[in-house]
Amino acid sequence: MSHAIMSRAILPALLLLGLLPLPAPGHAAEPMTFKSESIQLPFGSSDFPPGPGVDAVKKNCLLCHSPRMILYQPTLTKEGWTKEVDKMINVFKAPVVKEDIPAILDYLTHFQAAKE
Amino acid sequence: MVHHLMTRRFVLGAGAMGGLALLTRPSLARSMVDLGLPGGPSEREIITDFPEKAAMVLQRTRGPLLETPFDVYDKGVFTPNDQFFVRWHWAFIPNAVDADSFTLKVHGQVNQPLSLSLKDLVKDFPRVELAAVNQCSGNSRGFFQPRVPGGEWGNGAMGNALWAGVRLKDVLDRAGVKAGAVQARFSGLDQAFADAPRFIKSLDIDHARDGEVMIAYAMNGDQLPLLNGFPLRLIVPGWYSTYWIKMLNDIEVLDQPDDNFWMAKAYKIPDTPGADMKPGETGVPMVPINKMVPRSFITNLRSGDKVSANEPLLTRGIAFGGDCGVSKVDVSIDGGKTWLPAKLGEDKGKYGFRQWQAEPTLPAAGDYRLMVRCTNENGAVQPDTPNWNPGGYMRNVIESVDVVAG
Repeated sequence: MSHAIMSRAILPALLLLGLLPLPAPGHAAEPMTFKSESIQLPFGSSDFPPGPGVDAVKKNCLLCHSPRMILYQPTLTKEGWTKEVDKMINVFKAPVVKEDIPAILDYLTHFQAAKE
Repeated sequence: MVHHLMTRRFVLGAGAMGGLALLTRPSLARSMVDLGLPGGPSEREIITDFPEKAAMVLQRTRGPLLETPFDVYDKGVFTPNDQFFVRWHWAFIPNAVDADSFTLKVHGQVNQPLSLSLKDLVKDFPRVELAAVNQCSGNSRGFFQPRVPGGEWGNGAMGNALWAGVRLKDVLDRAGVKAGAVQARFSGLDQAFADAPRFIKSLDIDHARDGEVMIAYAMNGDQLPLLNGFPLRLIVPGWYSTYWIKMLNDIEVLDQPDDNFWMAKAYKIPDTPGADMKPGETGVPMVPINKMVPRSFITNLRSGDKVSANEPLLTRGIAFGGDCGVSKVDVSIDGGKTWLPAKLGEDKGKYGFRQWQAEPTLPAAGDYRLMVRCTNENGAVQPDTPNWNPGGYMRNVIESVDVVAG
């Protein structure tokens, strides 16, 4: 008896916690209504493995994207990385300090070489 | 009395459970997945700390790139909203949208510019529903060899949803497209950095008015997650996701072909069969990416699985035809030398995922390469060698899983 009450009571809680599968996609009752949406997005860390030029990378590259954009790239040659940096500057208008470019390229080629 | 106490104790307990769960979720969630990307880096974190989302493969925190964990595709043909992949070009996306004040503007080469609220869209236009696969142009880019830079996705930058909304045609007809219109250009609430090119895309006006292209306000029966484009998303059935503009709030009808960066320079594929070219090849004509091609996947077995020989091996998965329905799915247990037909599941719409199932018998103990191949209703078949192009687009090679029978 009390078990039955428990399990009935526990169901909504489990649903809330996302522990039970929700019903398959159904048809929304018509007419459709909308709730305003508001979320907080994680900013991401600024963690890069240490290496020569890491400060130049942190200073110039994190305005538009978090570190994984760089860290998950396949191994590129210095020429390949140069093309990517040029694209960020010329196409995507990244405000990269010109004097920092050699240090950025040093870091990008170094962290991948270190990984291998 | 007893009831009352029980209930109260339960409520307290549930509250504590909820609090605990919230506190411990991120640390519980730091598990890893190996996507199997050749040459690496191949390991990714599985995270649950994004709003609106359950477990996702983290490709990039900002702007968000979240991949659907592959086991989700084994659970059914519709990808749940809380595990539907997420891809934003720029990090500058609004984190709140007010449902009452939001408007969709239609302007340019039209007789009557429109400004439509969400209520107007629901009230003034017929509701339509359509199952359709939304797949990133670069889904599976991480498997390209030689590797190419970009979002290094495994196979999880795709999903199938039941979209509900209105026909783009009906909205354009309400505005009255002028003679001489050639394209419609779509943009959303997201912004670019400074004077960098905003992410906007265009369709030819006849395509925009084909009666299939939709403005969706619902996804699998609910309003869209903000990360998937709340409140409105353009649905372009059979075409790659780059055209499926999120947070759609502006449609401009153009009398000239759109030459903006994202149409003229980005998302270009070689104009060759299978969007295939040789690494380093020059002078290949390039065109904007467009229709999808057929794909299929085994979802209930993983490479390395130990299975039983001499009895039917349940093998199942999903397939989609791309720009048309699935005609057939075949399975091979001998590395592609011979093929046997799979049984197809219920057809929930030609642009959606279709489940398939086969029960091949592995005749003796040993290593087997199981393969699956989709043929679509236009006769297009998945190729047995992978394509290559510098953008890492349109991969659709036959997929395989290596198992050990004993």
